[in-house]
Amino acid sequence: MTTPTSTRPTAKKRLTGAVANTALLAYFAFSLIPVAFIIALSLKTNSEQTTTYLSFTPTFENYSTVLGLDGGGSSYLRFFGASLITSIGAVLVSLLIGIPAAYAAARHRFKGSENLMFTLLSFRFAPELIVIIPLSVIYQQLGLYDTFFGMIWVLQLVTMPLVVWILRSFFRDLPVELEQAALLDGYTRRQAFLKLVLPLVRPGIAAVCLLAFIFAWNNFIFPFTLTSSNAQTVTVSSLAFLGGNQVRFNLVAAGAVMAALPPLVLALLIQRYLVRGLSFGAVKD
Amino acid sequence: MTVTAAPARRRDDDEVRPEALQTAPTVSRRRRALRPYLLAVPAVLLCVGILYPFFLGVAYTFYNFSDANPQPSFVGWENYTALFTSGSFWHSVQVTLMFAVVATGVETVLGVGVALLLNRSSWVGRIFERALIVPLMVAPIIAAIMWKLLLLPEVGWVRPVAEGLGFAGYSGTDSAAWAFIWSVVVDVWIYTPFVAILALAGLRSLPSSPFEAAAVDGARWWLTFRRLTLPMLWPYLLVAVIFRLMDCLKVFDIIYGLTTGGPGDATTTLQINAYLEAISYARYSRGVTYMFILWIAVYVISMILVRYLNKIQSRSAGV
Repeated sequence: MTTPTSTRPTAKKRLTGAVANTALLAYFAFSLIPVAFIIALSLKTNSEQTTTYLSFTPTFENYSTVLGLDGGGSSYLRFFGASLITSIGAVLVSLLIGIPAAYAAARHRFKGSENLMFTLLSFRFAPELIVIIPLSVIYQQLGLYDTFFGMIWVLQLVTMPLVVWILRSFFRDLPVELEQAALLDGYTRRQAFLKLVLPLVRPGIAAVCLLAFIFAWNNFIFPFTLTSSNAQTVTVSSLAFLGGNQVRFNLVAAGAVMAALPPLVLALLIQRYLVRGLSFGAVKD
Repeated sequence: MTVTAAPARRRDDDEVRPEALQTAPTVSRRRRALRPYLLAVPAVLLCVGILYPFFLGVAYTFYNFSDANPQPSFVGWENYTALFTSGSFWHSVQVTLMFAVVATGVETVLGVGVALLLNRSSWVGRIFERALIVPLMVAPIIAAIMWKLLLLPEVGWVRPVAEGLGFAGYSGTDSAAWAFIWSVVVDVWIYTPFVAILALAGLRSLPSSPFEAAAVDGARWWLTFRRLTLPMLWPYLLVAVIFRLMDCLKVFDIIYGLTTGGPGDATTTLQINAYLEAISYARYSRGVTYMFILWIAVYVISMILVRYLNKIQSRSAGV
């Protein structure tokens, strides 16, 4: 039955659909145009960067300059390496310490377990400088200033709460009967944990590893205040490129794009766990 | 998909009860009781390793300790009185609060909007949903650098757009008002996806029957949204709001990268101010006093919000 009145709702529906799509497109334009801009800028030559907006012949010259491939020498790779070493180191230490702690907090109710969890969470919310200022004094005394070890230690503030809180939520998802059955079958607790529990939470561990790595890599304030050259990371050096007298914006852009790439690639691998990870296990997807 | 409280609600069935577990007989009873502690020892040690500098920092707030005065000398409450009577401190309190409230507010509204739009399947959503998290995964300092370049009159894309729209005399972040606005914009650019993905997880977990009933009753969209969607979404949103508010109060990277707190002190938030005091001027105890006061504020606010979150979640679990 097609009367003129019954077509009106579909017309209205189509209109709201169009409005919704336009709004969503507008948001993604806002979200992605800055990315397009920085990529475009990183592909421009010196003369093009201030004279054109969109019409230019792309060149990878800036990337090879930043990486020192044109023989000009570069410390970018060193900063990149420092980011890799400190981030991977921080994640490994957090896993080693965090997995047992998360398991204990998930499976046993022991005195102080909630306090421990809250102390770790408070690290996440504390303003970093309250620890950095005294820590820089301690680091100078102990000779840890501007060292990989010093950075890995302080990055625990970033990676540790993440690892323990998220892994606890993964451990809690496993039914406790699993371990009970294993113990009845003659497994020891350690065997039950290593052979049964750990393989089951492997996806969770992988996700938490990558997420912790991303946050360690993206951190700026710790390497900014606690390193100077030896352990300086790529986030700090990216900002340093912007200082100085003769700033070449296209080089800054190329450096920024390369520094942003590793976290982006890794994030695509763990999209499934991102909600749980970013909310510290509070929201499960 | 479920929401569990930040201090996860205790679930008795989840706990390994000693009587339910027949452990290997070689393991003594005492060792069994010690086991959780043994597992947690490294984490406790790490906490102590981080808490030691924290308490040292709190102690500094009662000392005069700076480059000019490298031997800390006890001064009592002097740092605090100096702070509370300084205009610079109250100015940065004001900037920080304004930044936190405006940025969190815009991100929440925009994030929920984006989530609602993505939740209704459309070709735009299908194409772009995977790109949603891009800004969130870029380091905040890199994001600030990107926007700084984007806003630069020499190379950026904003000037031609502004001039095309008729804004004469575009100056990037040179004026106090625009420096603040652009700082908020960068924060919104990075963290709207954060709110959106949490809200989207919430939306996709909502039961469909109440909405079907509302549709049968012919309820208007706004009424359905206000009376059904929003209340059911609220526990998810609250998690997002808590994280955003707390992070905004200690904002550093974005503002340091974009404006370094300027022009003048227009965007000098508390943590920027503490950085200038402690690192630039080497007045350590002054800087750490800033941070201790901020820490107390963050701690109290987050306690209140987490308690509220627990109440809401246990209420929605009880229904």
